[in-house]
Order: sequence, then C-alpha cells, then structure tokens
Amino acid sequence: MRYLPLSDENRQSMLGTIGAKSVDDFFTDIPIFARLNAPIAELPGHKTELEVSRHLSAMAAKNVAAGTVPFFCGAGAYRHHVPASVDHIIQRSEFLTTYTPYQPEIAQGTLQTLFEFQTQVARLLDCEVANASMYDGSTACAEAVVMAARVTKRNKIIISGGVHPHYAAAAQVLAQNIGLEIVMLDAAIDDEKAVIAHLASDIACVVISCPNVFGTISDLSDISRAAQAQGALVVGVFTEVTAFGLIQPLGAMGCDIVVGEGQSIGNALNFGGPYVGLFATREKYMRQMPGRLAGETVDLDGNRGFVLTLSTREQHIRREKATSNICTNSGLCALAFTVHLSLLGQKGLGQVAAKCHEMAVEVAQALESIDGVTVLTEAFFNEIAVSLPKPAAQAVDELAAKGVLGGVPYSRLDPNCSAQMQNVLLVAATETNTKADIEALATALKEVL
Amino acid sequence: MENTTSGAKGLLQKTELLFEYGRLDVSGVDVAPIANPQVRLGNMKRQQNPQLPGLTEPEAVRHYVRLSQRNYAIDLGMFPLGSCTMKHNPRLNEAMARLAGFADIHPLQPQSTVQGALELMHELSFWLTTLTGMQAVALSPKAGAHGEQCGMLAIRAALDANGQQHRRRVLVPKSAHGTNPATAAQCGFSVDEIGQTANGRVDFADFYAKLGDDVAAVMITNPNTCGLFEPQIKEIADAIHAAGGYFYCDGANFNAIVGKVKIAELGVDAMHINLHKTFSTPHGGGGPGSGPTVLSAALAPFAPVPLVVKTANGFELVENASGEAEQAFGRMVAFHGQMGMYVRALAYMLSHGSDGLKQVAEDAVLNANYILASLKDVMSPAFEGYCMHEALFDDSFLEGTGVTTLDFAKAMIDEGFHPMTMYFPLVVHGAMLIEPTETESKNTLDGFIASMRALAVAAKSNDISKFDHAPHLAPSKRLDEVMAARKPVLKYV
Amino acid sequence: MSVKFTKDHEWVAVEGDIATIGISAFAAEQLGDVVYVELPAVGKNFNQGDAMAVVESVKAASDVYAPVSGEIVEVNDALVDAPQIVNECGIGPEGWFVKMKLSDQSQLDALMDLAAYKIFVES
Repeated sequence: MRYLPLSDENRQSMLGTIGAKSVDDFFTDIPIFARLNAPIAELPGHKTELEVSRHLSAMAAKNVAAGTVPFFCGAGAYRHHVPASVDHIIQRSEFLTTYTPYQPEIAQGTLQTLFEFQTQVARLLDCEVANASMYDGSTACAEAVVMAARVTKRNKIIISGGVHPHYAAAAQVLAQNIGLEIVMLDAAIDDEKAVIAHLASDIACVVISCPNVFGTISDLSDISRAAQAQGALVVGVFTEVTAFGLIQPLGAMGCDIVVGEGQSIGNALNFGGPYVGLFATREKYMRQMPGRLAGETVDLDGNRGFVLTLSTREQHIRREKATSNICTNSGLCALAFTVHLSLLGQKGLGQVAAKCHEMAVEVAQALESIDGVTVLTEAFFNEIAVSLPKPAAQAVDELAAKGVLGGVPYSRLDPNCSAQMQNVLLVAATETNTKADIEALATALKEVL
Repeated sequence: MENTTSGAKGLLQKTELLFEYGRLDVSGVDVAPIANPQVRLGNMKRQQNPQLPGLTEPEAVRHYVRLSQRNYAIDLGMFPLGSCTMKHNPRLNEAMARLAGFADIHPLQPQSTVQGALELMHELSFWLTTLTGMQAVALSPKAGAHGEQCGMLAIRAALDANGQQHRRRVLVPKSAHGTNPATAAQCGFSVDEIGQTANGRVDFADFYAKLGDDVAAVMITNPNTCGLFEPQIKEIADAIHAAGGYFYCDGANFNAIVGKVKIAELGVDAMHINLHKTFSTPHGGGGPGSGPTVLSAALAPFAPVPLVVKTANGFELVENASGEAEQAFGRMVAFHGQMGMYVRALAYMLSHGSDGLKQVAEDAVLNANYILASLKDVMSPAFEGYCMHEALFDDSFLEGTGVTTLDFAKAMIDEGFHPMTMYFPLVVHGAMLIEPTETESKNTLDGFIASMRALAVAAKSNDISKFDHAPHLAPSKRLDEVMAARKPVLKYV
Repeated sequence: MSVKFTKDHEWVAVEGDIATIGISAFAAEQLGDVVYVELPAVGKNFNQGDAMAVVESVKAASDVYAPVSGEIVEVNDALVDAPQIVNECGIGPEGWFVKMKLSDQSQLDALMDLAAYKIFVES
C-alpha cells in the first residue's frame, strides 16, 4: 500500500523491540464484541491511484462545471477568476502540510501571512481589527450574533429580511440554545431600514446586509446610528467581498461587527466549501472576538516576528468560558485570499469590481428588455433580483435543460417565502461572464417564459 | 558571521511585510477594460481607497515562497503532534478535488446538474456509516469542534422532543480537549467535570456519582487524550442511557481504531470524525477541516439539513426541515459543508480500501508503541502498559535538571523535528504527547528516537546547552509572547 | 491593618469598612507574566465567592473571586495599562485590584492570616 512505509519485516522487528507478540496485544482494552477482526466486507479493498482517479473522475464528469456554460449563480458563492499562481502557492508543502502555528519559531510563514490577512481584511472592510478567519460567512455571522449578546449582555436579536436565509438559519441554530431570541423580519428586496422600527433598549444587535441577498446596496449609516443610540450593536453582513473594491464598506457605515464570506477572493466555488469567513470589529471588542489572532512581537534577537496571541479567549485555555469553541479555522483558504489580494492590490480589485458591476448592468439591461421580467434591485453591485412571470425554480430548471445556469431561485433559500418571492430569481455576474453569455441567458429566458 | 547587508542568511531570505514594499498603484492581475460606462451604484461608491498594496506576479510568488520557507511541514519531516494526526497528505487527493466537475460547481445549481457531486457525498456517507456501524451521518459540520456542536445540538433536540428540557448538565472528563466543554457551553449546557484514575482512564465511580435526572450527556474522547482506550466505555454508555442521557464520543482519535472497532457497538449516540486527521485532508496551517458527525438511530431524525438521499430518480439534496428532515434541528452552515474535503477524504478511503484502513490503525498504534518502548528507559511514560496511537510522557524525567517540557520541545526543533504536543492533556504534569501516525517509516522513527534519547540524556547529565534559549537553528529565535499579549498589534499600521 | 487570605489566593486588607483586594504573590507566580487584567465597574455589588475580576497570563486565565461581600468603590486602573504590576508587587501599595465597601465584617473571620495561608500554600 503506497501510503504505508512499514514492511512486514519492520513490523516484526518493532514488535520484537516492544516485546509484543502481535499488534492485537495493543487492542486488548477494546471490548471483544466491538472488535473488527477482518476488513469490513461491505467496503471495497484498496485501489491503485489510477483506479481511484478513474472512479472519481467519472463522478466529476456527471456534473455541469460552471466554466462550461453561461453561468449566473451567486446567492452567497461567486465564480471569479483566480490567478494560477494562487493555487501554486497554496499547494506548496510548507503551507499545505503544516499545522496551526503553535511553534512560532518554525511557523513564521503561516503567522506572517495571517498577519497580512488580518491587515488586508481590516483595511478592505474598514474596521479596526480582524481575526485569522472563521469557517465561512454563515458561521461568522452566527458567532457575531453571539458575541453581540455577550458584549451588550442583552438577548434579543433582529435580523433584517435582506440577510441570506442560510446565514440567518446558522445564527438561529447557535443562538436559540443559549437563551437568545431571534426576530426574523420578512424578506424584502431593499428594506434593510425596516429594522429601525424594531429597535428598543433590550436589543443586543441588529443584523443587516450590504450587498444583501437580493443584491441591494444601501447606506446603512442611519441604521447604525439609531441602533447604537439604543445601546445595540450593528452586525453588518456580506456574501460578496469583491464588492468592497467598488462600494462603501460596512465598517465605514458604522457597523460594530462586520462578517461575511471571503470565498470570492482566492477560492473556487467548490460546491459550497471550503470557504473562508471574515470577521472584523472595533478594537474595544477585540477580547470578545472568537477565533485565532496573529500578533506582532520580537524574538530573542530583537527581530520582528509573529505569534498567535490573546489565546485566553479560546477553548484550549478558557474551556467552557471560551468566546467560541472554534479550533481549526480556514487557514489555507485565508492564505489563498491573501495571495490573491496581494496580486490584485486595490488597483486590481477596483478593476475586477468595476468589471463585475459592468457585467451585472449588462445583465440587468438584457433582462429588463424581456416582456414580463422586472429588475427589482435598484442599486446593486454584481447581483440583481428579477421578478419572472412564473415560479423562478421552474424557470431555472428549464434554463438548465437549455444549457444555461441562469441563477438561483430565491425560493431555494427560503421555500416558505411569499407567492411573490417564489417568482424571484437571483442573477449574479462577475468578470468571468462575457457578452455572449448574457445574450445566451436572455435568449434562453425568453424561450422558457 | 552574524549579519549580512541584505538581511538574508544564505537560502533564508529576508521577508518584509507586503505592506512595506507593495505599491498602491500596482497590480499583478490584468483586467479587461470597461466597455459599458453605465453604473447603477446609487450613492454607494467607495469613498476612500482601502490602502491595499499590490505586487506583480514575480514579486508575489517570491514573497510567499520566501515566507513558506520559514514553515515546518509534514512534507519536510516528522510532525508528531499528539491529538492532531499529522499524516502524509496524498497528492492524488489534491488533484481530484481540483477536477472542474468538483471545484467549479456552484452549491445552488439545479440538482440535476450536480448528480455526481451528490453521489460523492452519498458514497462518503456510506463509508463513514459503514466504518462506524452508525445509522446516519451529518456531513455539513466544517471542523471537529463544529461536529461536536452538531452532535450536542442533535442531543438537545432529541431531549426536547422527548419532554426532557430539564436535562441541561453535561459530564466532561478533566482530560478532555477544550473544545468539549466549550461546545457544551455553546449549546446551552452546563459543564460538570469528571475525574480521572491513576491509570489515565475516566473515573467510573466519579462519573456514576455525577449521573442524575438533569444530565443530558457525557462527552468522552476515545481513545482518550492520554492515548488510551477506555475499557469501560460500554458500561459508561449503558449507564448514561439508563440515566436518560446520551453518549457523545469525541472521534478526534479515530485514526487509532479505524477499521478495528465498530463504534456503534460501544453505545455511541454521536461522534464527529475529523476528515483532516483520520482521512488525511491537509491541515493547511490551521484548516480548512471537516467534521462529519455520525449519529445513532435515536439521534438520526434530528440531524441538521442538508442531507443527501438516494431516490428512484437519482440523488436528492434535502435542504429544508420538512419531509424526511422534518425533525432536523436546523441548518449549521450555508450550503452543504466542505465538498473539497469530501473529495479528498473519499479519494483516501478508496485508495486504502477496507483492508488498508485497518492497516492504517494497526501501523499507527504500532509506531506509537515502538516510540513508547524505545524511550521508556530514559523518559517517563505517564501511564503503564501499551498505548494506542500516541505515546504520553510526563516531565518527571526532567525533575531537577532545570529543563522544562517547553525547553525540551524547543530543542527538538534544532534536531529537525516538529515538537510533540506539550502541556496537554492537562491532567499530566508537563505532558509530552507524541503521535507519529502510520505514515512514518521505521527509519524515520529510529532517527527520532535517537534524537529524543540524546536530548533526555543531555538533560539528565546537566548539559543544558541544547535547551537554553532553544531553538538556536530555527528561522526565528524564541518569540516574546508576553509582549504580544500585553500590547496587541494585530495589523500593520 | 490586618491582611487576610482566601483559598483562591486573594488577599484582603481592611481599614474601617473598606477592604482592599488583590491576588497573592504565590498566585501571581503560578500564573506567570500577567498580560491582562479585567476589573469590575465601580458601584457593582458582589457576594462573597462571586467572580469579580479576571487576570490573565499568556497561557492561563483566572477569575478573581470576591473574598467578602460588598460594593466596589474604587478599581486600580493602573493594572489595565501595566498588568506587570501584578507580578512586581502582589501585595503592596500598587498591586491591588479593587476596593470594596464591606457589607458583612464577620465574613473576614473565616479567612486565613498570613501564617495560615503559608501553610495552606505549602500543603
């Protein structure tokens, strides 16, 4: 077996050194009835690399890869071009096959890149501090809600109807068991401001989104001020981080905790994961943050170096009083983010973002010229909600049959949504789209309506 | 020679921060020019540049390659970090995960266009449930701790469904990994510690005494954090069940028993499996991981969405808590979990097969016992007898030498090894937890043993030159963690 | 002014009905280099045994418990900016954490004096 270096001769000689007769001597604590004495018959035996490759390639071939068709799906995961050099860097042994940097003397590569990541995230989101990543945007959102309750010592949470329903669900699952009450507002294309009506002095936080799940971008500064006047924190959520190359970041709009998905920079679609959660906040809440933090220091020679710091917040020290149970985060995806963003710089990011917006405007123009189709999102970055004259789920299936992946029906995220929302299709565009893609979408959509 | 003009030391190049030499007007990515100048941004255009410098491709590649050379890695040498299972990461797995049919598919494409992906998830589920004998598996948890949360939330949902809302106390051994009590608390339970016996096992009497009608569950790692199998595991399971609670088994150490033990026979109700440990998906410097959680028949109905089911028309992804998933406790994440890790783990399982996975556990345990036997005369094993997949020593062999566990670990760096896990589990003084895994050759183990013996002998003969201010040969000297924590600098300014 | 100690390694020095509270030199040494101290708000009331402050080193975090019941009347803000003071002068004019207005003088009787605390630590 190609991954097992011990030969039978080695095994015998090692057993001799140990003074054991057989390897089974080591397993005697296991109750006899639970032991497996032979390989499990229901599972196949070992395969060659070629056989495994054949088996899995056959499965992969049954899927329609986004790059092979006109493709407009978003709703929290976006297809961008990632330079080849990014994957080269993250596949380097020293990054791919190392552990969480517990031994800083031999982990400065990981630690410095995390420090660069934290700096990039803080600058991009316009926040004071950022952590070294969460699992993904949805779990970052859930942790932000719990953190807000911890900071404010209040237990009521208002989630706007523009927050991605999966994010709201992840927050709900985490919050409901620790006595937090979540108020979910009705889905609305552009109504982040609706949270204002629910503000009161017992609110821990409001969760609002920009861009929101319908693509709407709006200035949330008023909401932030109103919430903070009531002593509540504002959790700002996003799912498309590329947006901040072009639009106002959530930190600049006064959000206290900014969380979201970083997949768009450096990471492939991967059918939903692994992705990289971004988490940033004000310095005064630094010790209430979940997750790992890299910090600057010096070594014995006085040279600059980096270490994991403020670990007393974390589970391995604080145990049941920790700010979170998170241990492993999304290190390699964070590295991909950092390498890609280092290549882009603000200049490249701005250009990519502008290109995404251009393509989205083209999509909006193409779709609003179709009879019965209305573009619902007024101001947007790269995603729009459009109303169709029929259920969007049906239209999407029919588009797929024509070889076009035309977007995500809102009802897929929120099956109990209103009849009106059942007809809403979310359509995203990025720099990877072409004019020909957009024409194909418009043509196919006309045919299926 | 101490210093060079460039700041480099031969192959070890100077590594400035990106922000110190990147330029705001430079990009390493060429973007096609804008053809349609229309914008629909409302009043939302970004007002201030984010101050993100860029690097051209040659500069960026060099920047990160230089940084990479300051990292230790499994591909470079032995990484015997106990409880972390740092085994070889096969490159086939990387290649498979990058097939466009897996990497370039969107989580919300119509299900008809991702049948191969759903088939893969279904096949992975079959492997995980068959290897453990458990009823069901929730794939979506994104790491081990997230899997713990999945299991504990399923337990909570089951208790609530059965009118047992008063059960809110969870028993956790003192030796447990910190994620266990943290998870229990995050799921709204109170934590009650149970003690440990002198031979490194759960104190059954203490456990039994702490049972009561307010107990929701017991969380036990098996093999435990001392690298030992809990021989009374079934009695513990039976007792918690008799008391009306559930048994959460932390599967972090599954590598020791994969293919050797049928988990379901031990009375387990929920157990997460770290795909990034047992099934070799790379640790990546701290993730991403993946923590699918297997569930007993009692908990299976409460598994979170999404679930993959096989129907007459192919594979179906159940995304909402209705129909088959009517009792689901909710959704833990956006989308469907760590697909990239599922592909890698299944590639690994298929490569080893049923026979190979059994051999994995046997070799992992053999390697650990070889280390234990080869070092027990110069170091001090924490407990008597054989171990499972990791060998645990305490620091009593260093008593009076002035050398601490930390010093010993740092000296190992100069010997070319990543240190073992130190000061964990907390129940052993100055703990040194060594997990070689099955992917180390006898030749490597012999070299490791020789180095460890030499260090132990040096410490005992008061030759502290190898320990004082160690490491001496690493890219950095010891770093000032106190300064970092007192005045936190978390970004470049 | 008498100094008393608790089993959780706090010290209490009482003058009139005001108790000055800190952690013992032994506790500070066990923790190692203190990097962070979190103090309660002035005006807050604690019962004997309540966690009222937090003291952290790089690798450990400990709660500081109220050795007696009462109301916080003053906190030592200097510790927040320079937590190393805790290591440098555990019992002393600078190393105190909080001053508390006692609500029950009799609680002091059950605490240890220095001699008893020394024996407690050595055991």
